[in-house]
Amino acid sequence: MKSLAELAAIREKMQGKVVLREGSGDIRVVVGMATCGIAAGARPVLNAFVEEINNRDLAGKVTVSQTGCIGICQFEPVVEVFEADKEKVTYVKMTPDKAKEVIEKHIIGGKVIEEYTVSNI
Amino acid sequence: MKELSLNILDIAQNSIKAGADTIKIELTESGNRFEIRITDNGCGMKEDFVRNVTDPFTTTRTTRKVGLGIPLFKLAAEQTGGKLTISSKHESEHPQDHGTVVTAVFDPTHMDFTPLGDIASTLTILIQGSPDIHWIYTHSKDNGSVSLDTDELKAVLGDVPLDTFEVLAWIGNYIKEQYSGL
Repeated sequence: MKSLAELAAIREKMQGKVVLREGSGDIRVVVGMATCGIAAGARPVLNAFVEEINNRDLAGKVTVSQTGCIGICQFEPVVEVFEADKEKVTYVKMTPDKAKEVIEKHIIGGKVIEEYTVSNI
Repeated sequence: MKELSLNILDIAQNSIKAGADTIKIELTESGNRFEIRITDNGCGMKEDFVRNVTDPFTTTRTTRKVGLGIPLFKLAAEQTGGKLTISSKHESEHPQDHGTVVTAVFDPTHMDFTPLGDIASTLTILIQGSPDIHWIYTHSKDNGSVSLDTDELKAVLGDVPLDTFEVLAWIGNYIKEQYSGL
């Protein structure tokens, strides 16, 4: 059974890393979490981003946040990627698998996956 | 919505948007009555807005004129023979004691009852998105209960933020293990 003692152990482990995480956020991944996004499957998409960013140790560089309705409900789940000095990229009809691909090819590889973007519809 | 936990995720977004700093999600299950109550201390709504809030054409969203969050939750309750009620106190009329309570009652034995689904995922996502809010979750059943209070977690965590991945993962498992113990 998970206990608060276990949480205290996480605290011990994480305390050194916290400083490193602050001042982060070169790249911002924003997931639409309004009614339209949630109904279309945004929850597992958001989970996939959070998990994959941790798996690939990107937490210092990438932040994941949530927003309301972006206005293109028919293309939900919608994910926007903001990067300093670059144009915003809007991915549409996202799935957890596509999310992992975006992390690998776009966030790590630096190459936008055009076929998943809104401009490709 | 395929799961009531998705409705909860959606309705709680309204509480976040209302500027609440405490949001309570209470599930009470006994016999053929299943109640979901979401209570916040946000800005609240004025009476005429509350009266129309279950109408899809009443919305706070600015991107379009239709809001389906409350109507979908109401439908999920009513299709089991249950109902949805909302009471609210707007900050302009109740400066000390404002906020909103959304209560949905379901018959879980009804064939059109939507399953609760992955509530652990809903809670971790709410906490990930708004780690500064005090989240209180309880699910009481005849054979025991599941609970989470982020203030208790914060007391243990100290400087480590609630939205740290390891902490979110722990929260998800903490909820799941409480359910499997019931």
